[in-house]
Amino acid sequence: MPPHMRPERSFQGLILTLQRYWADHGCVILQPYDMEVGAGTFHPATTLRALGPKRWNAAYVQPSRRPKDGRYGENPNRLQHYYQFQVILKPSPPDIQDLYLKSLAAIGVDSALHDIRFVEDDWESPTLGAWGLGWECWCDGMEVSQFTYFQQVAGVECAPVAGELTYGLERLAMYVQGVENVYDLNFNGRDGAEKVTYGDVFLQAEQEYSRHNFEHADTAMLFEQFRMAEGACRKYLDAGWEGGKKERHLMALPAYDQCIKASHVFNLLDARGVISVTERQSYILRVRELAKACGEAWIHTEAGGV
Amino acid sequence: MPDLLLELFSEEIPARMQAKAAEDLRKLVTDKLVAEGLVYDGAKSFATPRRLALTVHGLPARQPDLKDERKGPKVGAPEAAVQGFLKATGLKSLDEAKIQKDPKKGDFYVALIEKEGRPAIDVIAEIIPVIIRTFPWPKAMRWGERSAKPGALQWVRPLHSIVATFGMETEETDVVTFDVAGIQAGQVTRGHRFMAPAEFSVRRFEDYEAKLFAAKVVLDAQRRKDIILADAKELAFAQGFELVEDLGLLDEVAGLVEWPVVLMGSFDESYLAIPAEVIRATIRNNQKCFVVQDAKTGKLANRFILVANIEASDGGKAIVAGNERVIRARLSDAKFFYETDLKTKLEDRLPKFEGIVFHEKLGSQAERIARIERLAAEIAPLVGADVEKTRRAAKLAKADLLTEVVGEFPEVQGLMGKYYALAQGEDLSVARAIEDHYKPQGPNDRVPSDPVAIAVALADKIDILTGFWSIDEKPTGSKDPFALRRAALGVVRLVADNAIRLPLLATFAKAAKPHDSNDLLAFFADRLKVQLREQGARHDLVDAVFALEGQDDLLMIVRRVEALAKFLDTDDGKNLLAGAKRASNILAIEEKKDKRAFDGAPDAALFVADEEKQLARAIIDVKREAGEAVAKEDFARAMAAMAKLRPAVDAFFDKVKVNDDDPKVRENRLKLLNEIRAATRAVADFSKIQD
Repeated sequence: MPPHMRPERSFQGLILTLQRYWADHGCVILQPYDMEVGAGTFHPATTLRALGPKRWNAAYVQPSRRPKDGRYGENPNRLQHYYQFQVILKPSPPDIQDLYLKSLAAIGVDSALHDIRFVEDDWESPTLGAWGLGWECWCDGMEVSQFTYFQQVAGVECAPVAGELTYGLERLAMYVQGVENVYDLNFNGRDGAEKVTYGDVFLQAEQEYSRHNFEHADTAMLFEQFRMAEGACRKYLDAGWEGGKKERHLMALPAYDQCIKASHVFNLLDARGVISVTERQSYILRVRELAKACGEAWIHTEAGGV
Repeated sequence: MPDLLLELFSEEIPARMQAKAAEDLRKLVTDKLVAEGLVYDGAKSFATPRRLALTVHGLPARQPDLKDERKGPKVGAPEAAVQGFLKATGLKSLDEAKIQKDPKKGDFYVALIEKEGRPAIDVIAEIIPVIIRTFPWPKAMRWGERSAKPGALQWVRPLHSIVATFGMETEETDVVTFDVAGIQAGQVTRGHRFMAPAEFSVRRFEDYEAKLFAAKVVLDAQRRKDIILADAKELAFAQGFELVEDLGLLDEVAGLVEWPVVLMGSFDESYLAIPAEVIRATIRNNQKCFVVQDAKTGKLANRFILVANIEASDGGKAIVAGNERVIRARLSDAKFFYETDLKTKLEDRLPKFEGIVFHEKLGSQAERIARIERLAAEIAPLVGADVEKTRRAAKLAKADLLTEVVGEFPEVQGLMGKYYALAQGEDLSVARAIEDHYKPQGPNDRVPSDPVAIAVALADKIDILTGFWSIDEKPTGSKDPFALRRAALGVVRLVADNAIRLPLLATFAKAAKPHDSNDLLAFFADRLKVQLREQGARHDLVDAVFALEGQDDLLMIVRRVEALAKFLDTDDGKNLLAGAKRASNILAIEEKKDKRAFDGAPDAALFVADEEKQLARAIIDVKREAGEAVAKEDFARAMAAMAKLRPAVDAFFDKVKVNDDDPKVRENRLKLLNEIRAATRAVADFSKIQD
């Protein structure tokens, strides 16, 4: 394989290798969801598809935004925008751990040389009304992935249970490339003048968005957006019940978009420090109520099992 | 005698749950075996990250046969009763029952039920699936295809295979045949995930443990701990260092590996500028690694010890390098946090507390800090602390909660406050008080001894107690979310260890909000009882002292209890106690009879017997002497004085009849008894003391 395609030489090679690996194992390779989200889990291909009885195997990269984690490009490990590689397998296959370990081997992590461990980490998302049991996967003491057996999502019991794998791509790439600073990652695997680093692509964005997230984000607008998204979500949910009866829903996905929107707007407001500790809880609760209502709608759709 | 081997092989079990799960498995299985008449010689259970195992040896091959007689209805009883009896006992007809003669009540039927014992292996095959299905994991989950249906098996993480064999030591064992959620019990297991993943077959515990070891799995957690500890010590020693032992961490890492491989890594010396406790917390909490120190100076060294789960093909170089990278990044974060913290003075952080709710009914953190400051200043003179320094320490004591380092590692609260206080040039005793004001946290924690620290530590605890009492949120049963019991016990220890005179009721009154002081005082009495009982004192003596009015000085109470305990160990003490109790009992009866108290001095003119006169004199002497001694807080002398009462009390009860025919004499004698009770109450209420 040429260097620009090799997982240990380029960031893009790492992504391409994971996509190929999971495609070989029967996953639909999706593209990122076209909205701002805090984690790959928010993609409807995980949140909603984890619900209902239908088989579902998918993998995708999801750009993830955590406004509070911005460090103006000065911290070698923290970013307000980063990539997750997300795999969802429903029902969780019996050899899911082996599949995961083989995926690490595919990107050059040799389990005879490295210390790979599954360390307890129970996952809970208060905003999504979701929880599961699983691990942080450690490679030589570094957390490289999260591994979760979803038990409940959007307030609905998972039946069957889906297994979710989330790879922190920058961290993993830093590890296989052997660099200490995320901005030094080789993005395209080229050398000399042709080399493009992660910093070339994202440093300016980190600086600009840190300013935005912490200092300038228009809070009046954001409060209004939260309110509007919440209202729209409810409106679409109400309108979506076919014939007004709670048997079949026709607009779960558009409603869920508004739930995602509200969640991201809340994260921005939180980063701006304009939400007090007590209010914070009530905002989380409001988003969770939306997520639950969307989950309820989803299981009354065709993909949700009706 | 046959043995049972059971292994439940799963995906990685959380380290913190392993020990209890192994113990639960042993108990659940052996209890059930015994209940089924299968008494065993011994049992032992084990846990690794991927398996729970149990061996039970010396089981019988069969259950014993059961013989049971069951009494039935009377001969000639109604048909319904007869049918019920037949149904319950499984007899076909009354011909199979015996008739028992009973000339008084009438003859009745008796069923002889003989139940043949079943083969143990069949019983075990029934027991184990039930135990697996109802296993008490703190958190369990569903997985895979079967989780689509209700009633799916729940386990801590997906369960993959089960080994269950049963048989004699010298023979081939049999597989115990059962199935749980599609997993058929067998005799095949696997070794280490990476070093020996192949399946292999086992017969009984001995070859199971040996084959696992050959397959790079150390079954016994204790053995894994021993290996880790010995190797870690040796590795540190070889480089001229000493391992900083950490039993909690040792337990945890032993639960993260099946095959421990101990390795040492290092970090840049410049990170040693970070406080040692922060380095340790970083390395321990985030990386689950041990730290080492210089054996002579006790100073932290720039090394750490990690426990891997694999003998790597390069001897561990890549593993060490990887861990070093992570630790470097973590320490770099910690250093950044620490240096950032140093840029802000502690007092400049305080305004933020106005926006932080301490408790919705008790106001903000800022209000709480202000209360502590006020109360600490009140307490300061009582403990010999400088008032200004105490105020300063109380004001700054909580400020480190808003620092980056404490945000990251809550367990270094207080300690970081001390470092930051010293860095900004605070007085040493102020800085120490900031660290120590949370203490003592538990029975093994250090009790502060510097007066400023004592004052702030007392104020911190008394404020939280009076606060929660004022809103009536007291601990109930096992619920004590704000650790109020610990706070009260902390006050008890601060006062006792430092010999501090602190009138609690007056101090409570100075704390901000109104509350039921006597109830809170009783809460302290309970804590004191616990404390004294742990030191071997009798709790009834504490009751006897608390029964006196206005006892709110913990130190004096402790002293009284000590003196009382010593006194009661002597013959004089025992006899006086008997006499005083006799007086109390008689009085209680007569007071009830007459519906009145016998207060007031007895009339000397009404004394008849010499013993009465002598007792009256002795009481006057003892009251005076004991009273003087108590005033000087010399409880031992008060007790010695009281001992003098004993011969007179004994003689009085020997010779004098209290309930004299003359009502006046009787009343006078009862008044004399009341005086005995009053005299002994100089130190304690003797009626509360148990014999």
